[in-house]
Amino acid sequence: MDFTAEISSGVAPSWRHRHLLGVEDLTGEEITLVLDLAEALQKATDAGRTKLSLLKGRTIANLFFENSTRTRNSFSLAAKRLGADTVEFSSSGSSVSKGETFIDTAKTIEAMGVDAVVVRHATPGTPHLLSRHLEGSIVNAGDGPHEHPTQGLLDLCTIRQQRGSLKGLTVALVGDIAHSRTARSNIWGLLKLGAKPIVCGPATLVSKRWEQMGVEVAHSLDAILPRCDVLNLLRIQFERQSTRPFPSVHEYALLYAMTNERMLRSKQDILIMAPGPINRGVELTPEVADGPHSVILKQVTNGIAIRMAVLWLLLGQKENGL
Amino acid sequence: MKSRITLNQQAAENHWLIENVRWIDPKAGTDRIGRLHIVDGAIGGTDTLDDDLPKDINRYDGTGLIGGPGWIDLATELGEPGREEDETLETGLKSALAGGFTSVVSSANTLPAIDTPASVQFIQQKAARTALAKVHVLGCVSKGRGGEELAEIGSLVEAGVVALSDAPSPINSNALLKRALEYCSMFDKVILDHPEVTSLSYRGVMHEDMTQLILGLAPMPAESEDLATSRDIRLVEATGGRLHLLGISTAGSVELCRRAKSREEPLTVGISIANLHCIDEQLRSFDSNCKINPPMRSQMHVDACREGLADGTIDIISTGHRPCSLEKKMQELDAAPFGMVGLETAVGQIMTHVVQPGLLNWIGVFQKMSSRPASLLKIPGGSLATGQPADLVLINPIDRWTVDAPRMMTKAYNTPLHGTDLTGRAVATFVNGQLKFQAT
Repeated sequence: MDFTAEISSGVAPSWRHRHLLGVEDLTGEEITLVLDLAEALQKATDAGRTKLSLLKGRTIANLFFENSTRTRNSFSLAAKRLGADTVEFSSSGSSVSKGETFIDTAKTIEAMGVDAVVVRHATPGTPHLLSRHLEGSIVNAGDGPHEHPTQGLLDLCTIRQQRGSLKGLTVALVGDIAHSRTARSNIWGLLKLGAKPIVCGPATLVSKRWEQMGVEVAHSLDAILPRCDVLNLLRIQFERQSTRPFPSVHEYALLYAMTNERMLRSKQDILIMAPGPINRGVELTPEVADGPHSVILKQVTNGIAIRMAVLWLLLGQKENGL
Repeated sequence: MKSRITLNQQAAENHWLIENVRWIDPKAGTDRIGRLHIVDGAIGGTDTLDDDLPKDINRYDGTGLIGGPGWIDLATELGEPGREEDETLETGLKSALAGGFTSVVSSANTLPAIDTPASVQFIQQKAARTALAKVHVLGCVSKGRGGEELAEIGSLVEAGVVALSDAPSPINSNALLKRALEYCSMFDKVILDHPEVTSLSYRGVMHEDMTQLILGLAPMPAESEDLATSRDIRLVEATGGRLHLLGISTAGSVELCRRAKSREEPLTVGISIANLHCIDEQLRSFDSNCKINPPMRSQMHVDACREGLADGTIDIISTGHRPCSLEKKMQELDAAPFGMVGLETAVGQIMTHVVQPGLLNWIGVFQKMSSRPASLLKIPGGSLATGQPADLVLINPIDRWTVDAPRMMTKAYNTPLHGTDLTGRAVATFVNGQLKFQAT
């Protein structure tokens, strides 16, 4: 869909959700709308060279209770390119360390006149909890291993950009599926857009139960490699693992790292993606990360467009007083 | 509505005639409509003729009600000492009375834990001063519930503890549990164990299955409980000690217990009411009131537990009453403590989820809620025999009501049942023949 008229009139396409908590809550049509809108906004800002004023006078708070540089900056830039003001908050050096609960922190920030809160937290469900305590819109920027909806959407956006459609594509999510919010958001989106997701990694991190959701489960990258159109190489989340799920990083790399040698056994037009930050030498070698099949940096660019689309959809509705 | 109560100015407050009630005596196995009278706080008899009743007596018309020996709850958390922000003896015991419980067995999960005679006496004396429901005290198995060294169990027994338990923590050390079972057998005291191998459920928040996989919350696998149940059974077998599994929740545990009981091991099995009807999918709300331990399992496990209840594998139902203050439960799920309150919803939960679906009849319910806990701990109660203390509950089995958590007597009102409809509730509770609670 083309959204030139909406962008020039300043009223966002109609949208039924007040928050973006997960891709699971969206329909296939809604996902497609976000992707279309992201592309239109990308064009309208001339890839970031011009600023829009679609959210002029609105304030968006970035509440990050977990370390992040890329996602936070991406949200921040997205807000600014729409003309919104931003408030930055991260848990170190704030009142959270003084014993305040995160709900109180969020309420305080909201009382400063904030229209939307972008929240990242190490615990699943935290944005959902905030959505029950705050007035404004909540955007989930990653809640533990649960969901990271804008990452899922930007991954879908990147695949669609390269391939035109996701229908029928075989997309493998490789690595630490158990602790990956990116994997979960991708799985929902891929299923809804008609792609065939595979989760692949060590049996300690990839549960057989995923099959009940219509997802293929594999433990050998080499076995599935020739069939894959896209590989999304997830970071090993050392910080979330209570016991080490594989014997060594060396062994992990041996079994699952995307190397030049593995590239030779892949489809000619395979896409290599990674949500980042990447551990070079663990999930993929530098040659693959920087090689011609890699769309890792395109993902980053698309991330801003997706976040612009999401923020505008949530805050740009007529009843929101625009 | 006409008042059910007719007070006699001349009668002592512990002299009652309760009429037209469907009386359940779980010990005698009887279920019939009639009258019961109370003299000097003790049961004076059933079906006594008017001429044989004391002249001055208060009357209670229990038409339409079910009555029986007061319910007894195991390992109830009452907050004191040290966790008064969650519950106090007064609020906890008022909650017990409102739920039809005439006795509660207080958990040793306090600050400090109940591992000295002085701490036992603190609870006994403070509870007696409230003059509400009766309190029997649990002592720790290990010092400070630390799971390492045996507590001074002999001294605790001397001080009057009715059983020993480190719950809600499990006894992780095999050697400690074996020693404790042997040691407690000298005093004929039972150990109440919470079966969980914590290395498998470390940092866990919810039952490991499909819902957990989708939500990404840390898992508490069923095998964490199965292994502990199996170990407990094996150690009971080896030592001949008495052990009660406080709350099982898995199909594996039910099957292990069923087999152990067929070998006549000295083992009794308990369950928290929530594990008979709450399922893991409720965590989809991310409501921290659904974070309990044992966790809400999947439907398959709940069904197996219900079967185990119906076939007698499970002996005792408890409420799992574990109050947590609002500020603690308002935290993110990882940080929020486990627990839900259960005393005041117990009758409704049991009527709605156990009696109405036909899992147990009322004799069965009163056995699991009253006579079995009494015989396990060798405390009075669980019977309507003449001369027994008149600890009684009257239940309206058809009253349909909506749980309004903040209006409950318990200080913390953390329950996932807020806003749900239940059928059945306690309308009157007598302790030693005194009417201590009356529904308004």
